[in-house]
Parts: sequence; C-alpha cells; structure tokens
Amino acid sequence: MTAHDTPTPDAGGDGVGERAVGRYDLVIVGAGPAGLAAAGVAARAGLRVAVLDAGARIGGQYFRQLPEGFRAARPGALHHGFSRFVRLRDALGDADILLGHRVWAVERGPGGGFAVHCLEGREERARTVAAARLLIATGAHDRVLPFPGWDLPGVMTAGAAQALLKGNLVMAGRRVVVAGTGPFLLPVATSLAAAGATVAGVFEAGGRFALAPQALARPGKAAEALAYGYRLARHRVPYKGGRAVVAAHGDGELTHVTVAKVDADWRPYRGGQETIECDTLAVGYGFVPQLDLPAQLGCETSRDAAGGPVARVDRHMRTSVAGVYAAGETTGVGGADLAELEGVIAGRAVVADALGTPVAGDPADPRTEARRRRLAGFARALLRAYPVGDGWTSWLHDDTLICRCEEVPYGRVKEARDLGAADARSIKLLARPGMGWCQGRICGEAVARLAGEDPAPPRRPIAQPVSLGDLAAMDGRDEWKET
Amino acid sequence: MPDVVVIGAGMIGAACAYYAAREGLSVTLVDRGAVAAGTTGSGEGNILVSDKEPGPELDLAMLSCRLWTELASEARELGGFEYEPKGGLVVAENDEVLRALAELAGHQEKSGVVTRAVAADELADYEPHLAPGFAGGVFYPQDAQVQPMLAAARLARRRPSVTLRTGTEVTGLLTERGRVTGVRTDAGDIPAGAVVNAGGTWGGEIAALAGVDLPIMPRRGFILVTEPLTGLPSHDASGAPGSSVGSGPLVRHKVYTAAYVTNVASDSAGLETSAVVEATQAGTVLIGASRERVGFDRTVSLPVLARLARQAVGLFPALADVRAIRAYCGFRPYCPDHLPVIGADPRVPGLYHACGHEGAGIGLAPVTGLLIAQLITGAAPELDPAPFRPDRFAEAAA
Repeated sequence: MTAHDTPTPDAGGDGVGERAVGRYDLVIVGAGPAGLAAAGVAARAGLRVAVLDAGARIGGQYFRQLPEGFRAARPGALHHGFSRFVRLRDALGDADILLGHRVWAVERGPGGGFAVHCLEGREERARTVAAARLLIATGAHDRVLPFPGWDLPGVMTAGAAQALLKGNLVMAGRRVVVAGTGPFLLPVATSLAAAGATVAGVFEAGGRFALAPQALARPGKAAEALAYGYRLARHRVPYKGGRAVVAAHGDGELTHVTVAKVDADWRPYRGGQETIECDTLAVGYGFVPQLDLPAQLGCETSRDAAGGPVARVDRHMRTSVAGVYAAGETTGVGGADLAELEGVIAGRAVVADALGTPVAGDPADPRTEARRRRLAGFARALLRAYPVGDGWTSWLHDDTLICRCEEVPYGRVKEARDLGAADARSIKLLARPGMGWCQGRICGEAVARLAGEDPAPPRRPIAQPVSLGDLAAMDGRDEWKET
Repeated sequence: MPDVVVIGAGMIGAACAYYAAREGLSVTLVDRGAVAAGTTGSGEGNILVSDKEPGPELDLAMLSCRLWTELASEARELGGFEYEPKGGLVVAENDEVLRALAELAGHQEKSGVVTRAVAADELADYEPHLAPGFAGGVFYPQDAQVQPMLAAARLARRRPSVTLRTGTEVTGLLTERGRVTGVRTDAGDIPAGAVVNAGGTWGGEIAALAGVDLPIMPRRGFILVTEPLTGLPSHDASGAPGSSVGSGPLVRHKVYTAAYVTNVASDSAGLETSAVVEATQAGTVLIGASRERVGFDRTVSLPVLARLARQAVGLFPALADVRAIRAYCGFRPYCPDHLPVIGADPRVPGLYHACGHEGAGIGLAPVTGLLIAQLITGAAPELDPAPFRPDRFAEAAA
C-alpha cells in the first residue's frame, strides 16, 4: 500500500502550486472510489496530492462493505470489487494517504488556497493540511427514519449491518429482518444470508418491482437483479413489497418487529399486520450525501430527484467556489461506478486547472461524459423508483424518539409545531432535535419531513467535535501570511 | 379585524403581542418564517443589566428585568422558558481595569443596579473553576438568562387574543390618507388599527415599506456550544458563595471580562470579542459572542471561533479539554447610537416601531412590549420613551 504517514512536501518547492509553502496542489477529503480515482489521475500528472480519510484503511464505505445495490459488482463476485480496488490503489502513485484524519473544518484563505483542519488518530491531535485545491468526496450516510422501537439494541441501519459484516463480526446464527426501501436491501440480505444469518424476510416499503423498467433498460442491471432474486430464493428468504417494519419491540433488546402492509404512501392498511421474531433488524431508506464541508465553504447546492440537497457541480466537477471540486455521492447518490467516474473527471479538471491548460475537451471527453450521463440517469431513476412515502409519520407515537442525542420524542416535536415552529429550524430551536452530538445527521431528514419541507443543506461550522483547547490554539496563527 | 398587527414573531414581536393583548387589544402576529426564526433563535438569551452604562438603556433594562421576573412567575416551571436569575460575574484582568469596573458599578447602583464587589480571593467562591490571576470583579445578581426561542413562542401563545400567523410575509402596508391601516401580505390583506414593526434586523425593510428611513444594520455574532457536561447549572439566585467549592457545574453564572462592556458600546466595524461564558439547562456551555459588521454574511469564520475559544479557556482553563460540538451565528440589529427604536412614528400615523435592540433584545423585550402597548392604548408610558423615538436619526443627520 502506498501509504506515507508523514507527508513532507518540499518546503519552498514551487512545483505546480502557485505559491505553495508546504502545501499540496490537491487535497482530497474521502478515500472512497471517487477520491482514490481522482488522486490517481492527479498524482500521475505530477501534482502533489494528499488524500485524507477518517477511516483506518482506504476504500471508503464501498470497498469496505460488500457490493452495493444493483450498481455494484455481481453478487458473490467479491474478487471483481477487489480487483477494482487494487487497480485504484495501485494507481495512486506517490499521493500521500493520511488515514485516521477526521476533518472538522475547511477554510478558504484570503488569497486562494485552503486550510483543511483535521483531528488525527485516537488522540485527536489537531493538524492542518494546506491545499491549493480541494476535492470533496466525502460520500453519503444512511438515511434514518424513526419508528417505535428504532432505538432498541439490535436495530441498525442497513449500511451499519454491511459494515459489521465486513468487519468480520459475522451474523451467523442470528435471525435478521431486512426492511426499508431501495435496491441496497438486496445485497444486504444476501450477504447476511451468505454469512450464516437466518434472514426472516426482506420487506420493501415501495413496490417490489419498482426498479424493473429501469433495470430492463440496462441488461447488466437486470442480470444482477435476477441474481439477487436467485440467491434470496436459494436461502429461502421471502422478499415482499408494499410492507414496512412499523415498530420494533423488545425489553431492553430487540425480540420481534411488526410488519404492516402499506399503501403507496406507506400508510398501513387496517389489519394487515404480522409479527416476526428476530434479534436483528437492518433498516435502510437510502443514503444522504455528506455536505458539511461544501456547506462550510459556501458551495451552492441543488436538489436531487428526491428533493435532497447535493453539491452543485459543472461538468468538470467544479463547485461554485473556485478551487473546490466535488465528486461521488457528494454530488448525488449514484453508487460506486459513478463515483469513480466522477473522481476521474474531477482529477483531470484539477490537473488542467492547476497547469493552466484548457479544460475543454479532455477532462470530460464525449465518451466519459456520455457514460457519466448514463450512470447519473440510472441513479436518478432509482431515486424516483424508490421514493420515501410520507406515510412513515403515521407509524410514530408521541413517545417515539425522533432525536436520540437529545432524547426528543415525537410529542415534543408536535408541541413545538403547535407553538409556531413552522419549519425544521424552529422545531430544532424549540424542541432541540439535532442539537446534540450528531448535529442532526441522524434526525435531520426526519425533522425536515415532519416540518413538511425538503431537508436543507447542513449548517455545521464544526463538522466534528473539537476541543476548545485546540480551537484556542488557532487564534492568532499566521498560516495565510506569506513567509 | 385585529386592533393590532405585529410584524415579526421574534422575542420583541411576541412581547409586543403579549402586552397589547394584556391591555385588552386583539392582535395578529405575523412572520414570514417561523416563530423565533431570526435573531431570537441565534442568541444566548441574555437578560443583562451588568453590561449597560447608566442612561436610557439601563433604565429600560432595569424595568425589563422586573417584568421578566413577573413573566416567569406567571407560569410554572420558570415560565416554561428556562428563566434563570443566575447572576453575572464580571472579572477584571488587572487593578486598573478593576478600578474602572468598580467605578462603573458605582454609577450603575444609582440606577438601581445591585452590585457586589468581589475581591480577588473571593472569586473562587463564585466560580471555583475560574482561572487564577484576576484582580477581582463585580457580581450582578440581577443578570438572568432565558431560553429565548421558548420564551418567544410561549409569550406569543399565552394570550388567547393573539393570533399567530407564520409563513406570512408582509409585502406592503395598507394606508388611508397617509395613515397606516393594516398590512398587505402574500396571504392577503390584514386591516388593523395599528401596525407594530418588530422586524428586528430587518426592521429597516419594514420601515421602507412605509416610505420612512430606519437605519438598522446587522452586526454579526458567533456563538460556540460545547458538548453537554454532567450536572446542571446552579440555581443560586442569591449569588451566595456555595459551600461545595470544586464540585458542581463548571460554570455557575454568566461570566465575562470587563472588556465586554467597552466592546458592546464600540463603534468599530472590525472584529471584537470578549467571551461571555455560561452553562445552560441542557448541560452545554455557551461561549458568545463576537461582534462584527460584515453585513448578512453567514460564512463560517474560524478565526472568530478560535478567538472565542481562547478567551473562554482564559476564563476557565478546564474548558480546554471540553469539546465544542456546534457553532452558530446571527445578526444583531443595531442603530448608529446603539439604542433601540421604540415608539410611534410621527412621520406615519398608525405605525409603531419596536426594533433595533442590538444584542439586548431578549432582555429588553418585555419593557418594549409594555411601552408599545401603552403608547397604542394612550396610557401613560411607564418610562419616558423619548430617547428611543424613531425620527431621532433624521434630526441627527440634519
């Protein structure tokens, strides 16, 4: 692995950076498919590149986890994903890989360039990495919708279930229910089954064949869908559409769930409920892009097909802020193939911009662009095929927690609305959901939907908790001054 | 048709609606956003007398302090908005600052402010975790704190004759022969006997709808919020030194250095910070707030956060190991003379202004609401509103 723990870019070397003193030509936040692909392109072109990631290994969620959705490698063909990973890894050249770096803030310098403020390692050592250009490829996290019992031990997001599996905390012997919406449920269920868990059922709140028209338009995806279906059948896993887990039960830990037949808006039909015993519930309602860093820099956002905010980029993956690029799920959830492609496009654009060569033509040549359009179109179709139905709010009781950090139940959210909190922000101000540790990453979407609005771009000037001592030490620093 | 339309459902607008309703008037309270969505939702909830020099604003603050106590005692559970008469401790870095602080306290006493000189070796009795080396300080038992969003929301809802209409933007004023007779909104006209401009930082825009100038500008402030610490803040209303030195909450009162007072009154456009540190009932510590005149710019400013953090750690070294988990900013509405605008606009009959309170809007809300209600009903105002009259700026310019 080409991991250099202590990067020492030439002090005073002029390189490609305009007036770089100990700063990189390009810093990439996020070592998933997008970040790695961009790093390879830029490093091979001679730029000094650093890739930062909070994780202990490169690869991000995708290469850590098993294949994701229909846009992933074929089921069972882990080697396919691994070979892609090896290809990206080996193409990194002499890019510096800074692992265990949690970025808590990014800052634009008065004369251009960026300071990336990190906390390094378990001891959370404060460290600032300087960059002439910045690529944000921070991926996405699970979308969470609250329901009665979702805070019980044994209930986890689909993404977390995948991560646990990959971390070798094998599910063997456990009895698992997989629920939510979207194609990601299928690889989660099949890999859980393959790991020895008993999958008691996969419950898709939307239509079971919502994806079919899109998948049929792409033969490769149709084949993947069929393969998942085959594997589920082989493990005797029932896969039902129009059904949702509307409550989880247990005394201290999960023992069973209530599965309800739901209409197109996800409102339960009367009497269509069954109880299923399980000790694990993996629930996934899709993914939400991580936009903390682009928001800190003031990058403009746009809306994806489901109404959620994404970083707005041009066809070269440039954001609205000069010198800042975005690729992968940051620009809209679209899976690993699209992320990698966007990483390549962004890498080329950075190289062209850094060298002062015209970016027209090359960074997004017609074939690349056509492929990106095709993949992005498929991602949009997926979002439209698996919308989140408004009816999930009818699953809530007054004592259902909406925000776990601040322990805010649904009743308090309703009370805030009655007091005049007409939008998500004032619900937060009056009832405190989203004011705790996770700063609304978990409950933010639910609160926005409860306020009847699409979620707004995040406003998190401090993206990760940072000690006041470290923050205080930054006072009066002169890193922007020419030396 | 309501007797009064109040524009702006922040703390000031809510207080105006509350007191007008208490005088027997029917009120429609409109806001283009939600309740407390502007500057009210971006502050700390300070009710301070300690930071004000003797003069009209301190007189306002003294009366308002008393009104806050009444409002809180009117309902159970600290008024439903976390009212805490915790007191403020102002500390001086050296003997020279301490002398100036003591002199200020002496003047404040003549306005009715209760002050208590605190010698250097007594500081730890008030704040056991305070850094050593301060020359002394003054304790102000009347300083208090509320959760401002809850306070605005609860006051707006307390009187049944107040109708709250959120998501309703005022786009114009209805006039008849030069007199304001209501508001035009994106959801239709609302005729009324009187219109109150409680638009806060945006109060100048409301005034412009009436064709009058009100020089209200934004002054940005950042606030840092720490992770929740174990234990709740003390409820030491008397300010009597606690016996449990070394245990209990990390921060017990509102604590700041004497430099704060000069910053509040400053005319500088540049960055000024003097951290006010306090604990909240949620267990977090609030560190606020900076003062900058940068327009309505929400861009995160790490240098400002770093300065606040350094000053907070300077006051309480133990905070160095406490993590900041959030930061937010808001825009104080300030006028050139740093006084609020309270009163009828002689240029436009029927229009009243209640805005421009800069960083003191939460503290001064009740008195503002009371004065506006008295002016509308023709009752004798409890305090001379002349220093706050809306047309004073035109005179100054002339």
